[in-house]
Amino acid sequence: MATVTHKQSLWAKHAFFEKNSIWLVFGILIVIAIGGLVEIVPLFYLKSTIEKVSGVRPWTPLELAGRNIYVREGCYNCHSQMVRPLRDEVERYGHYSLAAESMYDRPFQWGSKRTGPDLARVGGKYSDEWQRQHLANPRSVVPGSIMPGYPFLAETPLDADHIAEDLKVNALLGVPYSEEMIADAQADLRTQATQDADATALQARYPGAQARDFDGNRTTITEADALIAYLQALGTMVDFKLYEDKANVR
Amino acid sequence: MNETYRAFAEFAQTWGLLYFVGIFLCVLAYALSPKRRGEFDAAARMPLSDD
Amino acid sequence: MQTELSLGQPDPAAKGPAGGPQKSMTYGEGGLAFLFAMLALGALVVASGAESQAYAFHAYLSALASIVCVFAILNRYVDRPAARPALEIDGKPNYNFGPVKFATIAAMVWGIAGFLVGVIIAFQLAFPVLNLDLPWTAFGRLRPLHTSAVIFAFGGNVLIATSFYVVQRTCRARLVGDLAPWFVVLGYNFFIVIAGTGYLLGITQGKEYAEPEWYADLWLTIVWVTYFCVFIGTIWRRKEPHIYVANWFYLAFIVTIAVLHLGNNATVPVSVFSPKSYIVWSGVQDAMVQWWYGHNAVGFFLTAGFLAIMYYFIPKRADRPVYSYRLSIIHFWALIFLYIWAGPHHLHYTALPDWAQTLGMTFSIMLWMPSWGGMINGLMTLSGAWDKLRTDPVLRLMVVSVAFYGMSTFEGPLMSVKSVNSLSHYTDWTIGHVHSGALGWVAYISFGAIYCLVPWLWNKRELYSLKLVNWHFWISTIGIVFYISAMWVAGILQGLMWRAYTSLGFLEYSFIETVEAMHPFYVIRALGGVLFLVGALLMAFNIYMTIREPEAASAATPSLVPAE
Repeated sequence: MATVTHKQSLWAKHAFFEKNSIWLVFGILIVIAIGGLVEIVPLFYLKSTIEKVSGVRPWTPLELAGRNIYVREGCYNCHSQMVRPLRDEVERYGHYSLAAESMYDRPFQWGSKRTGPDLARVGGKYSDEWQRQHLANPRSVVPGSIMPGYPFLAETPLDADHIAEDLKVNALLGVPYSEEMIADAQADLRTQATQDADATALQARYPGAQARDFDGNRTTITEADALIAYLQALGTMVDFKLYEDKANVR
Repeated sequence: MNETYRAFAEFAQTWGLLYFVGIFLCVLAYALSPKRRGEFDAAARMPLSDD
Repeated sequence: MQTELSLGQPDPAAKGPAGGPQKSMTYGEGGLAFLFAMLALGALVVASGAESQAYAFHAYLSALASIVCVFAILNRYVDRPAARPALEIDGKPNYNFGPVKFATIAAMVWGIAGFLVGVIIAFQLAFPVLNLDLPWTAFGRLRPLHTSAVIFAFGGNVLIATSFYVVQRTCRARLVGDLAPWFVVLGYNFFIVIAGTGYLLGITQGKEYAEPEWYADLWLTIVWVTYFCVFIGTIWRRKEPHIYVANWFYLAFIVTIAVLHLGNNATVPVSVFSPKSYIVWSGVQDAMVQWWYGHNAVGFFLTAGFLAIMYYFIPKRADRPVYSYRLSIIHFWALIFLYIWAGPHHLHYTALPDWAQTLGMTFSIMLWMPSWGGMINGLMTLSGAWDKLRTDPVLRLMVVSVAFYGMSTFEGPLMSVKSVNSLSHYTDWTIGHVHSGALGWVAYISFGAIYCLVPWLWNKRELYSLKLVNWHFWISTIGIVFYISAMWVAGILQGLMWRAYTSLGFLEYSFIETVEAMHPFYVIRALGGVLFLVGALLMAFNIYMTIREPEAASAATPSLVPAE
């Protein structure tokens, strides 16, 4: 049995070629770095990347919780949130989407497939009642729909014990949540989901936030409350009557 | 904002193009140099020779 | 400088007085066992404070797996001989095929799971009642399960198995590391389990093809770095002066996936007790990073890695060197050079600035050339041996896969042209395009590689049945044709319906009418998927029977002769 263990000799013999493989790795790294850097880095530095518009505010705690449910259920697999500046899309969905409208979105949810319609401007298009029924049983309001039913959302109490931490992390990453917003996150969330609550403080912090009972169940704040609050806010922040397209040609 | 676009396009169409052509020529020179013919012929047979 | 990885590399065993080496635990064994014990403790702490049940489940699962690892390492130590495995026996490399075998079987199992989930979600789109109105059976959670299972679980295991095989054979050297290769294979599959169960339980980052949350990403990073070290360490051990081109492609795949993974998963967890994290990029920048990642997952995971398979397995099976080794080098550099730029074509007409879209489109079109260069190189390897396609269905599977590669890399640049994209984007045309690449190219070259590997690894003369391979080939090919033609028609029809106007200038169709028009095509697509799944089941049976056959050396009964 002639077993050989020659660690040292191998090393000595192959020092030169080892260098070659390192060069190969460096070559690969350089090549792939250039393409990525050229396309990505300017997006952070060119001021034109994100238009200057007024109205876009961070999500309220309730909307953020709803957005996280939207992400959790994988809605982005079938719904885009990106209206392209094409005639039919603008007529079907509304004004084309601006980069500014998703500047606080982590992650972005532009999507890549429209098995269902675009949702970038779904806010205010349907009543809360319609949204409730549609989520619980899509075919009860849209007979030809192929969307899954989500009846459990209205039956699941919203787990929002840690919502302030969510805001804190977003603030850390650059979303303009103030100390006050983080401190009052829990209370703001409850206020927004409660019918006839005094929402002046909430709306001062989050202009235009709609506060009411979204899921038709006044005793509990459910996941449906949060999701519907998010859907009803989608695409409503910018007033396009005041928006100047030409000022933002990129 | 057309300014930025124009600056970018100009850069891409001059230095960018030069960069790519340069790299491509280097790869061609490496791959086609007659010096390496033997090495490459041997390399191509590597999967076939049994140990 | 010592090149050996510390992980799993023993000290040269001390010789005992009797001449036999004395058994001692290596740093790799001891260290790894210790680390797993710590990991188990940490996971238990996290589990006790976890903010959700799903996360607690993952923490307990990690603790359990870590404890099993500690015992497995100790058990292996007790059972193993004192001397480390020799690098060579009788002047021939002593290859380490254990991890390769594991990954090969894992690929087969995950492949069938992934195809099955694909069939289920295809039927859900045709018959929505199949969503069952439960959280963990809804399309939105199952679709990432399908994509991850086929891309990362099936494809990933194929890539790990073949790369560990090819790098050893073409370097004529044993895989570096003792426990490290096993750590890569088992660790990667544990990542898959965490990712997959996470989707079902609603743990996701919500980024396509990068859904696993921060802790799974962290774990994958560790596994991937080890993978890189084992791979390049084995290259350093090589006895051939030249690094074979397949290893170039594998290396580009490993290195680039590492970079993409880190870039696209740069998240900040809400807390160590929460599965939720937020990405540091937002909005338009997040979109760009995501599709830089997403498209290069296609370019470097699903293309470069599988091109490596093409460059080794087709020459080997056809018993001829690759058509042009020089072309393969030009192919390599041109491909990785151009691919990395193509991402923005996923964001045409969106809020991404125009200059980025234009760059993406330009490079996507240029990408057509190296892609076809590679295809020609693969196909022409058969020149002078085309008759083998008639007798060898395995070779036929691989050659057809290269043809599909050519087809989908022609379609891809076409769809990246902005005017075409305005029609095709958001429709099922994209799904059809993806599957002509995924089923036709990636899965077929993988099937071919597995059919080659199994007899080589388990030392069998030939596969249990080449006739069954033939059946597999035809059934799944019909499945693919059903699938992609249905999706082409569906996609183009959908795109045209969305932009159709009446003579009065109103939109002609409501959205729901365009959904209803898809139904027949969704049914055909699902049936195509069923055929593809049936083919894979035939394959699994064939593989199982091949492994059960007696070994080649002692083979008394000849295996079936190729179908003429």
